[in-house]
Amino acid sequence: MTTETGSADLKPMTPFIKHHADGRPYLSGSKCGACGEVYVGERSTCARCAARGVMETVELSTKGKLYNFTVVHRSFPGVVTPFVSAIVELEGGGSLKGNLIDVEPDPKTLKFDMPVDVVFADAGKADRQGGRYLTYFFKPQNAQVRA
Amino acid sequence: MTEVFVVGTDMIRFGRFPHRTVANLGGEAALLALDDAGLTIKDMQALYCGNNILANRMVGQQVLREIGQTGIPVVNCANACATGATAFREGWMAIKSGVYDLVLCVGVEQMGKGLLGSGEVETGISPEGILGSMTTPSVFAHVGMEHSRRYGTTFEQFAKVSVKNHHHSSFNPKAMYQVETPLEEVMNAEMISYPNTKLMCSVNVDGSAAAVLASEKMAKKLGLMSRAVRVRASALTSDPFTDRNLTTPDFNAVTRLAAGVAYEMAGLGPDDIDLVELHDCFATAEIVHYENLGLCADGEGGRMIDSGETALGGRIPVNVSGGLLSKGHPLGATGIANIYELTTHLRGEAGQRQVEGARIGMSHVVGLGTACAVHVLEKA
Ligand SMILES: [Zn+2]
Repeated sequence: MTTETGSADLKPMTPFIKHHADGRPYLSGSKCGACGEVYVGERSTCARCAARGVMETVELSTKGKLYNFTVVHRSFPGVVTPFVSAIVELEGGGSLKGNLIDVEPDPKTLKFDMPVDVVFADAGKADRQGGRYLTYFFKPQNAQVRA
Repeated sequence: MTEVFVVGTDMIRFGRFPHRTVANLGGEAALLALDDAGLTIKDMQALYCGNNILANRMVGQQVLREIGQTGIPVVNCANACATGATAFREGWMAIKSGVYDLVLCVGVEQMGKGLLGSGEVETGISPEGILGSMTTPSVFAHVGMEHSRRYGTTFEQFAKVSVKNHHHSSFNPKAMYQVETPLEEVMNAEMISYPNTKLMCSVNVDGSAAAVLASEKMAKKLGLMSRAVRVRASALTSDPFTDRNLTTPDFNAVTRLAAGVAYEMAGLGPDDIDLVELHDCFATAEIVHYENLGLCADGEGGRMIDSGETALGGRIPVNVSGGLLSKGHPLGATGIANIYELTTHLRGEAGQRQVEGARIGMSHVVGLGTACAVHVLEKA
């Protein structure tokens, strides 16, 4: 399902999924020049220290650690369950919520702080007009790397 | 500045009333609270109305159409699950500042069944199940799992919160449910978002609650001091910046901030509190708030539920009303229903669930988004 090739044809699932000139997707973020806080997404003012005009746009890491998770068994109608909702802290700053894939959805087998990669893939659903979306997922770092 | 007193308060029995209107439900609680004070709507100088779901529908004015259109100012408040407590606090501020001597605070909500919110989106596709989960059981599952990460808190410990609060509500005729739920039943119920099973999620119900607030001068003039309850502290906070709070809401920091303000304003500490009504919207939430409100040291939340210290008869009873888990959680009504519960104990009128000798009570709500309100009430 992780088809990075041609991902530029997909609409970004969130505004902070961007593309390099060569078409590779990445996570866009911001870093405060005053306090050093790193944010997911682009912004001009710092929520932590309220500094203005010193925010630098940065590319966020695609490596991180599993900070928190829950296994979701019941969700809104039409959402396939079970799935793992994860909070990941990225290397170098920033944190993201997303699905952790390629794992058993079992709290006994999931470990806090396990290393994960951010991978980009088709979100697997189309909107009413048939439009498809590029999203990110988390994958355990020691999992089989796709061919 | 004047002292502020609750001189009348009541709530309807929480339940499902699909054939009634929000205004009618709110009006009923308003009249009950006015009757409790021995006053009428003609005595009220302002109305502070909490309702979340119909925030742009002027619910306070609709309530007055039910009980008497006296032309008084109405302030409609919405602050997620802190809505009712925010309305109560607005009323407290109006009296504290000396602008009014008698005001009415009403909280009311009509809820649907099942999961709050929906996966429907106007454009694009819903992020639910792609970018993790945004359902409320999942948000609060993450809260519990963070506590597990730090202190090893177990599924069983979280489940015990639900056992306790369902037990408490078996003594509360105004709770939605009066049914005991043994531990096995709670743990074996349908898993919603680990570790929250269906019986560890608050009950979506319709409900309303109201309180009449008076200045000291007015409470004395009207001869209402014998059943009056003093508002020792009123604190409201928004979420301060903390690590990850833009990704996953931090209910700890916002609560610690409010609790600190409330204890300072009251000139009291956690050891002075005789009972607590705190925001058990999910069983996972209750344990973290034991620590956030200073009822025990950090990391001792799990031990608190194991030892029975927070059960009726324990060292510091928590949610003797049955809490949101079993009394029910009509968002806008919840904060004022907490005031009713504390007041009833401080008056010594709580019957079978009475916390013996209660002199000081604390109420706490958090609204997702994020807001926290903490109130401290004292027997006058
Ligand atoms: Zn900064």
